[in-house]
Amino acid sequence: MAIEFKPSPSLPPPSTAVGPVAWVRHNLLSSPLNIILTIFSLYILYLLIPPLIEWGVINATWTGSSNKACTGGGACWAFINSYFEQFMYGFYPSDQTWRVNLALVILVLLVAIFAIKKINRFYLTLVIILPYPILAYYLFSGGAFGLEPVETAKWGGLFLTILLGVIGIVASFPLGALLALGRRSNMPVAKAVCVIFIETIRAVPLITILFMASVMIPLFLPDGLNFNKLLRVLIGIVLFSSAYMAEVIRGGLQAIPKGQYEAADAMGLTYWQSMSLIILPQALKLVIPGTVNTFIGLFKDTTLVYIVGMFDFLGRIQAANHDTNWLGTTVEGYVFAAFVYWAFCFGMSRYSMALERKLETGHKRN
Amino acid sequence: MTDRNMALAQLEQGEQAIIEFKDVNKWYGEFHVLKNINFSIKKGERIVVCGPSGSGKSTMTRCINRLEEHQKGIISVDGIEMNDNLKNIETIRKDVGMVFQHFNLFPHLSILENLTLAPIWVRKMPKKKAEELAMHYLERVKIANQALKYPGQLSGGQQQRVAIARGLCMQPRIMLFDEPTSALDPEMIKEVLDVMVQLAEEGMTMVCVPHEMGFAKTVADRVVFMDAGEIVEANEPQEFFNNPQHDRTQLFLSQILNH
Repeated sequence: MAIEFKPSPSLPPPSTAVGPVAWVRHNLLSSPLNIILTIFSLYILYLLIPPLIEWGVINATWTGSSNKACTGGGACWAFINSYFEQFMYGFYPSDQTWRVNLALVILVLLVAIFAIKKINRFYLTLVIILPYPILAYYLFSGGAFGLEPVETAKWGGLFLTILLGVIGIVASFPLGALLALGRRSNMPVAKAVCVIFIETIRAVPLITILFMASVMIPLFLPDGLNFNKLLRVLIGIVLFSSAYMAEVIRGGLQAIPKGQYEAADAMGLTYWQSMSLIILPQALKLVIPGTVNTFIGLFKDTTLVYIVGMFDFLGRIQAANHDTNWLGTTVEGYVFAAFVYWAFCFGMSRYSMALERKLETGHKRN
Repeated sequence: MTDRNMALAQLEQGEQAIIEFKDVNKWYGEFHVLKNINFSIKKGERIVVCGPSGSGKSTMTRCINRLEEHQKGIISVDGIEMNDNLKNIETIRKDVGMVFQHFNLFPHLSILENLTLAPIWVRKMPKKKAEELAMHYLERVKIANQALKYPGQLSGGQQQRVAIARGLCMQPRIMLFDEPTSALDPEMIKEVLDVMVQLAEEGMTMVCVPHEMGFAKTVADRVVFMDAGEIVEANEPQEFFNNPQHDRTQLFLSQILNH
């Protein structure tokens, strides 16, 4: 007679293994050193947090027309409040700012549609890449469809920062991918062009490129053939970050096993088919952390346009600090700037982590 | 050029040869890896290439679809010469399926997408038709119920069977197998070999670099023995295993059969 094997029923875990008490024990009080560090950290938090709340919330002044209103001894948020529109839009006419908001809302809606499964993402991407920028351009600069023209010199604030950041990111990504492929190409001329471009651009500070874009290029161009400063600066930013992007993507390309290239070749796929269908989808997924790193860097680097006389978000805040009505509000301005940049960069970081999880398809056992 | 034309003329006279090697030489830098390979494979023939590691057997097989480039001599597949002409390379690759040691499935695509990719993009087949074809071949390798999984979720033997089905989806005239079972656990080798034997019985032209000799004994029409970049001996399996002609062959066989 065969004996049937019956595993004994599992016991419930002891209270020291699960639940909040176990978490505190395990993470905060697991050893004498840990207990000391926990107490020390609590003391530091006690020193920092209450005064911070006192300064930023309890004693803060929220409304007023000059620094004379700020008498509570806390933060003078009235400064941010009264300059808020300029921080957001620069010198964009206040009765026209709805155009900027509208363009932003349309962009957010288009991107949100990506979440819907049934939509053909290829066509949606085409809509975002081709017609949307034209629509946004006419909304921003006007001069057509009965919209009042607004010259680019008046664009500023967070609007300009987002504009530079988004265009920089969207344009530098495909350009970087092309440069990375070119650098690994067997064709000597294509390879040489890509290597020289990447190594030259990467070896020059962004400030230099921005100066060249805003000051030097007009000197070389013949009279009458002068194009917009914003456009020149944008091109500079895109070229600069595409060189960095290229090296990040090249790292991903090198991580793809040779067998993947061979399998694609053996099937009779052409070079562009095997790159776009097999190699790049895998390589780009691998380099998401590096890519987002570069994007976050690029977003913050846009603050450098202040140097060539453009008032982006941080630039506008720095300029407002010189207002004699609001002397002594420098700290509030920088705290506000830090918070906004942090919110954007943290958002990008979280998004990239979600994207990594979403794209992970059975890579684990390979 | 006259030598070359003569060689080409000779190739045309060959009877139903689907793959022709004529004085093929290849170097890796200074290293002479293939030396004067002359060999032809008839339509429907099952060829097994064996030899010690580093003998050039894999390299020779990979020259057939130009995963490796030969520097001298002529390789022609189905009457088309394999040369620098990209059109020729693409035409030949459409007709030559390949199965690799490490499967080389595309991990970011589902099993079904792995199979339909080449028919859709290379053969320009409508998606629906490609999927029907893919399911047909997945059923043949007995794995149709895994069609929507990703390669990382399958066992090695299953992955290799998918890889064979992927090769078949292009409806090739020739299948190349480059050590298809050497990366597999012993209990998975059989399921892959079964598929290969079935394929052989259906008359597919096959060139196989096997990891073990069972396949050679059961289904090969000819066994080719290579050593140091040269073809030492090529014979029917019965003769090859029982009555090897060359010392090198005898030594090799004694090493692999008596362990």
